[in-house]
Amino acid sequence: MDQPIVQTRGLNLYYGDFQALKDINLSIKPRQITALIGPSGCGKSTLLRAINRMNDLIAGVRVEGEVFIGGENIYAPDMDIVAMRKRVGMVFQRPNPFPLSIKENITFGPIIHNTLKQEGLDNLLERTLQAVMLWDTLKDRLNQSALSLSLEQRQRLCIARLLAVMPDVLLMDEPCSALDPAATQRIEELLHELKAQYTIIIVTHNMQQAARVSAECGFMLLGELVEFSETGQMFTNPTDQRTEDYISGRYG
Amino acid sequence: MNAQRSEKLTFALLLAATIIVVLPVLVIIGIVIKNGVGAITWEFISTAPRDGMRAGGILPAIVGTFCLMIGAMLFAVPLGVFSAIYLNEYAGDNLLTRLIRLAIINLAGVPSVVYGLFGLGVFVMFFKFGTSILAGAMTLSIMNLPVIITASREALSNVPQSFREVSLSLGATRWQTIRHVVLPNALPGILTGIILEVGRAGGETAPILFTVAAFSLPFLPHSVFDQCMALPTHLYAISTQVPNIGLDVRYATAMVLLAVVLIVNFFSIMLRMRLRRRRQW
Repeated sequence: MDQPIVQTRGLNLYYGDFQALKDINLSIKPRQITALIGPSGCGKSTLLRAINRMNDLIAGVRVEGEVFIGGENIYAPDMDIVAMRKRVGMVFQRPNPFPLSIKENITFGPIIHNTLKQEGLDNLLERTLQAVMLWDTLKDRLNQSALSLSLEQRQRLCIARLLAVMPDVLLMDEPCSALDPAATQRIEELLHELKAQYTIIIVTHNMQQAARVSAECGFMLLGELVEFSETGQMFTNPTDQRTEDYISGRYG
Repeated sequence: MNAQRSEKLTFALLLAATIIVVLPVLVIIGIVIKNGVGAITWEFISTAPRDGMRAGGILPAIVGTFCLMIGAMLFAVPLGVFSAIYLNEYAGDNLLTRLIRLAIINLAGVPSVVYGLFGLGVFVMFFKFGTSILAGAMTLSIMNLPVIITASREALSNVPQSFREVSLSLGATRWQTIRHVVLPNALPGILTGIILEVGRAGGETAPILFTVAAFSLPFLPHSVFDQCMALPTHLYAISTQVPNIGLDVRYATAMVLLAVVLIVNFFSIMLRMRLRRRRQW
């Protein structure tokens, strides 16, 4: 079996006095989709943001424990956070392209990281837009504003913008919650395509979505990782009573 | 009173308030143009004054005012924008930064003559710049800072937080995020503050009275350590200090001052519109 690419050990996170994550121990396998489910406020988005240190932006956050990406503890004092974030990218709940052209959105990361020349503009645009299945629709209007796109296209563009910096891990924070069911289905198909090359961790409040897309699944409640197992098993034969209550719709 | 009538009354009141605000401006501009336009000739705007400023033109004052506006912005824009970036993007919300903010807001309410005396004390005398364009431009820039900082901070904080998050999540550093994402999107708002203050730098009399303005200096300045004439102080001089100057010359000078400010504002507003069109969210 593959070595885990993302691993947390004894992870506690506090917003001031409030403990949002309680002793999280988690192992994520590479090149598959792992889902985190749980009711609102259970800490699943917080956990996701702890994996690329996006919580650093919030004042009053304190983190204990370790998060390993490919064997490196990203909370080590000498960690290069910027280089780490390049490897661990994020897709947000609301599609948030920059108010620039489609092309400029995709070249943003490579220009920042000085890798545009290496790959070449045309290769970059085709690779990333092909990967999110927008190339055929958009290849003739790359200079149009990204804000002229539909919500679904915007979210795909955001994924393409992320793929442009060639990350290893994609963190997705409810990436379909702003989309209609048909668009959601198409994004899920896209995730299936992407997992061949990328490790994907997806937070979702939609249990059916977790069941459809993920290989392994974690259930969180009140800051605890209650259960983590292979998805089929979690949905048919959960070991914890609280998991069973949640997936059978007793709360959440 | 029924809802419909009170709605109409409110509308009428608001409209009246707007008209009362706009009307005096139009009347002033109208009077200035009516009385001054006759004295505007090519000679008036392209030559130096003669005969104790009773004849000739006002070119040195026009050039001086442009020098002061540009000089003031050279100091005030980088200083103001950088400190706004610091206050909004880097500094936390603590007692010290709150005090700084309070101080900046209060600074905006200081009478301009106080800035003039401050400039005289600090730039002219302490730094020994003498009465010079440098001292005047610096004094004006201090006067311009509060509004530029406040407008820039406002513009920066209006940039959606999600833009910053995306940029950082793509591995950009904080400064790259500010440079490539936050600043370009805040630029129209920052420009609004600058536009307001360019006009003020061109029009204020008191701050330059002690720091740069020459009563009559019929030459163009050669260096930043020269004194120069400026339109507002020239207007003040010919209106109060020099007898036997035609009313039309005074109005024409006022008209040129208004025109200079309006032209600068016009170009800035065009620039801002172009920037806005490119970036909308």
